[in-house]
Amino acid sequence: MNDHKIIIRDLKPKKFGKRDTIWTISLIVIIVAGVIAYIDQLIKGQEVTNMRDYALWGIYISNFVFFVATSFVGSVTVAILRLTNNNWRTPIVRIAEIISLAAIIMAGITIMIDMARPDRLLNLFIHARLQSPITWDVVIIPSYIVISLLLLYFPLLPDFAILKKHFKKKKPKLSKLYGKLALNWTGSKAQKALQEKSIKIIAIMIIPVGILLQTIDAWLFSTTYRIGWDSSSLAPYFISGAFVAGVGALVTLIYIIRKAKKLEEYITDFHFDKLGKFLALACMIYLYFNINEYVMPLFTAKEGEVDHLNELFTGSYSIGFWLVTIIGLILPIIILLFKKGRKPKVMFYVGLAVVIGSWWKRFIIVTPTLLHPFLPIQGVPESWRHYFPSLHEWLITFATLAMAFLIITVCVRYLPVIPIQRTIDELEASKTNTKNTSS
Amino acid sequence: MENENKNTRRKFLDKGLKIGLATLVGGLGLSQLTSKANAKSKNHSGETMELMTADGKLIQVDTSEVVEVTHSNNHEHKYNVREGMPNRKFVMVVDLAKCKNALKCQSACNKHHYITGDNAWMKVYKMQEAEDTAPYWLPMMCQHCDKPACVTVCPVDATFKRKDGLVLIDNERCIGCRFCMAACPYSTRVFNWGEPGQEITLNMDMTNHTPSPEHAGMPSIKGTVDKCDFCPHAIDNNELPHCVTACPNGVFYFGDKYEDTVTNGEETVRLSKLLEDKSGYRLMEGLGTSPSVYYLPPVDRLVDFEDGLEDFKEFESVEPIEPLEKSE
Repeated sequence: MNDHKIIIRDLKPKKFGKRDTIWTISLIVIIVAGVIAYIDQLIKGQEVTNMRDYALWGIYISNFVFFVATSFVGSVTVAILRLTNNNWRTPIVRIAEIISLAAIIMAGITIMIDMARPDRLLNLFIHARLQSPITWDVVIIPSYIVISLLLLYFPLLPDFAILKKHFKKKKPKLSKLYGKLALNWTGSKAQKALQEKSIKIIAIMIIPVGILLQTIDAWLFSTTYRIGWDSSSLAPYFISGAFVAGVGALVTLIYIIRKAKKLEEYITDFHFDKLGKFLALACMIYLYFNINEYVMPLFTAKEGEVDHLNELFTGSYSIGFWLVTIIGLILPIIILLFKKGRKPKVMFYVGLAVVIGSWWKRFIIVTPTLLHPFLPIQGVPESWRHYFPSLHEWLITFATLAMAFLIITVCVRYLPVIPIQRTIDELEASKTNTKNTSS
Repeated sequence: MENENKNTRRKFLDKGLKIGLATLVGGLGLSQLTSKANAKSKNHSGETMELMTADGKLIQVDTSEVVEVTHSNNHEHKYNVREGMPNRKFVMVVDLAKCKNALKCQSACNKHHYITGDNAWMKVYKMQEAEDTAPYWLPMMCQHCDKPACVTVCPVDATFKRKDGLVLIDNERCIGCRFCMAACPYSTRVFNWGEPGQEITLNMDMTNHTPSPEHAGMPSIKGTVDKCDFCPHAIDNNELPHCVTACPNGVFYFGDKYEDTVTNGEETVRLSKLLEDKSGYRLMEGLGTSPSVYYLPPVDRLVDFEDGLEDFKEFESVEPIEPLEKSE
C-alpha cells in the first residue's frame, strides 16, 4: 500500500515551477506573435508570404507534413508495441499519445493556415469531390484526431479516479474535474473488461488509420506530375519518414519531461536503450527509402530528374540536403548502434538532430520540386525563382510549433504522464512473481 | 369499384393529355409549313450571293435562301455555364513557324482580362530543348486538357471541365489551396496572392461585375486561382479569343473540333488537314493530359528566331501600368 502512495506521489500532476511558468509564457508570447501575423495575412492576403506562382507551396505545407509525420508516433509506439506485447512501453506510451494528439491537431490547423480562403472552409463539405486527395485528408485528419484522443483518454480513466481521490481534500475543484473525467470509474471487473476491450479496438484501429494518414499525405504530392513527387514509392517513403519523426520527437520530449518532472526512477536507462534501438530501426528503414528516392533515379537519369537531384546534391539546396541526410539520419544510426550512444543524454541530442532534420527534410521535399517545373520559369520577377519563408511565414510557423508544445505542456501539467494504475499493477504483478519464485 | 373508377379517370386523363400534345405538335408543324410556303412565294428574288461551303468550295445561292442567324445576347440562359455550349468542342492551333515573339497576344490578353499581377496567363517562352537543337518561341496558355490534372485534384469542384472543351474556374468557390497549380504540368495557373487591385491600377469600376467563369479576371478575386479561359465571352459574341485577333502574324488558329475548322482571322482551314500537313503535335503528350491546344513545329520559318529577342523579357510578362491613366 505504501508503494502505491509513493507511486501516486511521484506520478501525480504537479504545479508548475518557475522554469515551467517562464516556458509556458514564452510559448504564449510566440503564439500571440503568430496570431497577429496570421491576422495580417488574412487581411492582406498571402502576398505577405514569399510563396508565388512557382513556389506555390512553402513552409506551411512542409510544416503540415511534419506535424502529420510526428503524429504517427501514436500508431507506432503505442499500438505496435502494445500488440507486440513489449512491456517496456508502459512509462512512455502516454507521452507518445500526447505528442500524437498535439501533432495531429496542429496539422489540421496548419493546413488551414495555408488555405488562402479559410472563409470558404465549408466548401470542402458542401462541394466535396471524392477524387481529390484533399478530400481524403478532410476525412482522415479528423478521424485520426478522434482516435488519438480516445487512445489517450481510455487508459486515463483509472488514473483520473485515483487523482480524484488524491486531490479530494487539498484541491476539491481539481478533484471534481478529475472525477467528471473519470466517468464514474470504480475499477470493477466489468469496467475493466470494457476498458480493456475498447483500448484494444482503438489500438488496432489506429494502425491502419495512421498508415492511411501518412499515405494520403504522400498522395497529396504523388498525384501530381512533378519531378521528385511523381514516385510510386512515395507513400512508404513518407510512412518510414513519419516513423523517424515520431520516435525522434518522443525521445527528445521524454528526456525533457523526465528531467522536468524528475522521473528518472520510472523512465530508466533501460527504456532509453530500447527506444534507441527502436529509433535506429526507424532511421535504417528511412535510409533504405531515401536510397530508393534519391539514388535509383540516377540510373535512368531522365532529364528533369537529374536536374532535380543535382539541385539537391550540389545545387542551392545541397547544404540543407546533406545536413538533413548526414546529421539527421546517417549519424544517428551510427551513434545508436553503440550501447553508449543509447544513454539518455546522448539520445536526447540524437533525437533533437533527428527531429530538426525531419522538419527541414519536409522543406526539401516540397520546395525544390516546385521550383523545377517542366517548362522554364520565364516572364516573372527574378525573385520568384527562389523561395525562402518571409517573416510572416516564420512567425506563423513558429507559432504552430509553439502551440503544439503548449498542448503538450498543458497535458503534462494536468495529466499523469506515466500511467499510475498500470505502474501499480505492474509492481503488484512483479511482486507476486518474485514471491512465487522465491517460495 | 373504386379501383376501376380510378383507372378510368387515369385513362381519360392520359388520353386527354396525348390528344392535347398531338394537336400542339400538329399545329406547330402546320404553322411552320405555312410560314415556309409564304416565305418562298414572297421573296424569290433571283438575286444570288457567293458562299463558301464547309469544304472550301464557292457556290452561288439565292439570297432568299440565306437566313441571318441571330445570336442571342443572353447566352447564360441558353446553356449551363458548367456544361458549356452545346455541341461544340473548342480547340486552338499554334503555328510555331510564324511566331516571332511580337507579344501582342500577351498584351491583348492582359488588357482584356484586366491582369494586374506579375505573371501573365499568356506567355511566350524562349525555348531550346538541347544545345544542338534550334531555338524557337513557344506561346503558352492554358492547354484546356481533356484529362485535366487540375480538375482531378480540385477538392471543391471550383475548376471544372466543360463539354465544349473549356477548363474554367469558379472564383467564388475556390478555397485557394493551390493544389491545381501543383498538378498542372504546364505551369499556366496564376494565383491572386493579394488584392488584385484592378480598381486602383486599372482605374476600373468592378462593382457592377459579378464574377463569371466565362470571363476570368472580371474581376479577379483575392486568394483564388486565375488562368486563360479561352475567352468564352468573346466566343459568345461571335468573336475570336483576344490573343488570336491580336496576333499580327496569324500564329493562333481557333475553332471547333466538331466542325473540323479553325481560323486565325485571316484564313479558315480544315483542322485535320492542317495538323496532318504540318505535323501538328501537343505538348507533353506522354503525360496523358490530352490538351486542346495543338502546336505546329517551327519549320520553314518566315522570321528569324533572333528577331524576337528584342522583345524578350525574361523577368516580366505584365507590362507595368501607369497609375491613374484613364484609358477605358
